[in-house]
Amino acid sequence: MAAGTVTLSADVAVQVGQFALAVDLTVDSGDVVGIVGPNGAGKSTLLRVLAGLLALDAGRVALDGVVLDDPASGVFVPPEARPAGVVFQDYLLFPHLSALDNVAFGCRRRGVPRREARRRAREWLDRMGLADRAAARPAELSGGQAQRIALARALATDPALLLLDEPLAALDAPTRRDVRRDLHHHLDAFHGVRLLVTHDPLDALTLADRIVVIEDGRVVQTGRPDEIAAQPRSAYVAELVGTNLFRGTAAGGVVRTASGADLAVVDTAAVGAVFVVIPPAAVALYRTRPDGSPRNTWPATVAGVDRLGDRTRVRVTGPLTLVADVTPAAAAELPAEVWVAVKATEIQVYPA
Amino acid sequence: MSRRPPGPVVAVAVLAVALFALPLAGLLWRAPWRSAWRELSSHDALTALRLSLQTSVLATAVAVLLGTPLAWVQARVAYPGRSVVRAVTMLPMVLPPVVGGVALLLALGRRGLVGRYLDGAGVHLPFHLSGAVAAEAFVAMPFFVLTLEAALRSVDPRLEEAARTLGAGPWAVFTRVTLPLVRPSLVAGALLCWARALGEFGATITFAGNLPGHTQTLPLFVYVKLEGSSPDAAVILSLVLLAVSLVVLVGLRERWLRAL
Amino acid sequence: MTAACGSAASGASGPVTVFAAASLTDVFGALPKSDVRPTFDFAGSQALVTQIQQGAPADVFASADQKSMQKLVDAGLVEAPKVFARNALEIAVAPGNPKHVSGLADLARRDIVVVLADSSVPAGNYAHQALATAGVTVHPKSLELDVKSTLAKVTSGEADAAIVYATDVKAAGAKASGVEIPTAQNVIATYPIAVVKATRHHAAAQAFVDAVRSSSGQRALADRGFLSAA
Repeated sequence: MAAGTVTLSADVAVQVGQFALAVDLTVDSGDVVGIVGPNGAGKSTLLRVLAGLLALDAGRVALDGVVLDDPASGVFVPPEARPAGVVFQDYLLFPHLSALDNVAFGCRRRGVPRREARRRAREWLDRMGLADRAAARPAELSGGQAQRIALARALATDPALLLLDEPLAALDAPTRRDVRRDLHHHLDAFHGVRLLVTHDPLDALTLADRIVVIEDGRVVQTGRPDEIAAQPRSAYVAELVGTNLFRGTAAGGVVRTASGADLAVVDTAAVGAVFVVIPPAAVALYRTRPDGSPRNTWPATVAGVDRLGDRTRVRVTGPLTLVADVTPAAAAELPAEVWVAVKATEIQVYPA
Repeated sequence: MSRRPPGPVVAVAVLAVALFALPLAGLLWRAPWRSAWRELSSHDALTALRLSLQTSVLATAVAVLLGTPLAWVQARVAYPGRSVVRAVTMLPMVLPPVVGGVALLLALGRRGLVGRYLDGAGVHLPFHLSGAVAAEAFVAMPFFVLTLEAALRSVDPRLEEAARTLGAGPWAVFTRVTLPLVRPSLVAGALLCWARALGEFGATITFAGNLPGHTQTLPLFVYVKLEGSSPDAAVILSLVLLAVSLVVLVGLRERWLRAL
Repeated sequence: MTAACGSAASGASGPVTVFAAASLTDVFGALPKSDVRPTFDFAGSQALVTQIQQGAPADVFASADQKSMQKLVDAGLVEAPKVFARNALEIAVAPGNPKHVSGLADLARRDIVVVLADSSVPAGNYAHQALATAGVTVHPKSLELDVKSTLAKVTSGEADAAIVYATDVKAAGAKASGVEIPTAQNVIATYPIAVVKATRHHAAAQAFVDAVRSSSGQRALADRGFLSAA
């Protein structure tokens, strides 16, 4: 990919049966954009439109100034002619081809001679740390390996647009952790437009620089992860970002967050850059300094109280800006200044 | 995990095997082994065997060439009247083959619906090897089409979409992804088709006639022998037909028929 | 049918299974009604012989040739056969004889598509004899497995000429014309009929045989183009 900014502008209107998607989106290659939303919100439909698997009813899709779909002027570039790489949910590797030939498939179809296509595919397998799995059929690959082959297959054609549909959803939790870190690196190294569809808040918050929330076929909110977390505009978004996520550096069972706070964690093996996740239900608020001195305790200021169904979400500022879930009764009695306590066992640490 | 099969199921399964095996045993029991070699090496028998292999392979080729696009359209294109087309293409399976032969005559015979124009163009199917091929293809093609159509339906269309995003046009998707994915079923269907064509009798005799060296395939030869001078030869040749089919089916089973 | 009823005082009525040559299909189906209720199994004579040898439940066997009947006589499976009809060969051609076939010699012409019955069936055997007698070599396009399908190739228009029985040409009505074969070249088929020894309805079986040989039976045969037995 040549240096410089690539911009995708998509004004999308499609009707699929009873479902209507109407989304206007501009993405440039500086950001990884996470498309999030509940099931059936239209995330995958949007991806299909961008990939050319679904034609627009109205609107316009253009990448780097080149029109890909514009029903008004009769332009439609079919998927095979778009400079897009797609990583599908369940990966959709070709079961009749080896891992190597899966990765070489795109280059072959775009006219690269077999030898050269295989050479490039081998390079990608090397980069993915899967050189020894070149001859394996997809059925013989582990979930994490298959995910990386799918990513390599999408990247091997050197696309200008990378679309990922729930890239981590099919993995079990431990694999997911490792693959998420790898994916983060590969997304960083890719210079085109990057779009990631996910329903998992952690994936969105850890992988995306900008988040677009889609509900029922419409964009309901867009912004940086911390902006969205600070002011969720719907119950779904509140739920989505209702988790406390920080970047930090781990050493010897302590994570120092970017804001300078130290958190004691159980995971003493974690070293270096990490993500720290604290579920709101794990944050306890006290009127006075709690007894028994849990290690992660500090004074804080109540910055806001939101009712969310049967729970109440309290935002507190201090060494760490956090949300905590408490009962409405407890919230009613909270003073302006409180003590925050978080058990080390409740803090999750992920390599970044 | 070891699984103990329920007794009654096994008993009935054994009965079913007997249903297939007993007639074969009857042939073996009745076979005049002493004259077997003489019957087999007779010119007429060899001619009929060669003709049978020739016509059944050609009929299978016709079925694969015409049936593959048909199966694809049936599996992938939703158009009004698709179920009618499916019923029509399955008709030869339920039609008595002799009736099929009559129908072919009325369509492709010298005075048939289309045959009259073929005749004008110098194309004569009846009494010609091509007629035997046409009759066998007519009767056997549904086995191929149905097998392949079922396989095509089971292919995940998203795999084809994935191929599109990787630069494959519709034709490349078909040849590079769809066909390789259904290859086991394609081969299995072609084998079924071939086996059915090899044993074809009724439509061939009615449409193509019975002339040694031209349209007299092995089943026809067997019938003539059975009705006429040497029922012994008929038994021996039936066994040859069986042996050829068995060798091919068993030989290829391990590799391909798992898809069935 | 009075003869049949009169000659069989008791047990002459009832079901009778008649195995008859395919060429008798039309005429047997049209026999005058009587107390005998025949059910028919029409097939090639040779096939019927095989079936009777294997114990098929036939009460009467009517063959289109002596050879087939003789096999059952030799095996002791039937009572003494009686000839009840004869049948001459004829050349069946398209209605109006558009190819102007005038005799067996024309069947050697290149512009004529000829179909014969296979020599394993009586009609085919006779046709080969007749052609040999006439000294004609033909190149048939097909050797059909029975005489009805031989004729069908002409009536459907696939073939221009076929050698079949005179009765077949007559039965085809307007769908085929017949060209007679001179007596010197012709082969006359004789049709024997016999009661099967294993019958359990002997009186009824005998009554059927008598009915076929009666004057009304013979009239019905003559109407269909059969020659008289004598």
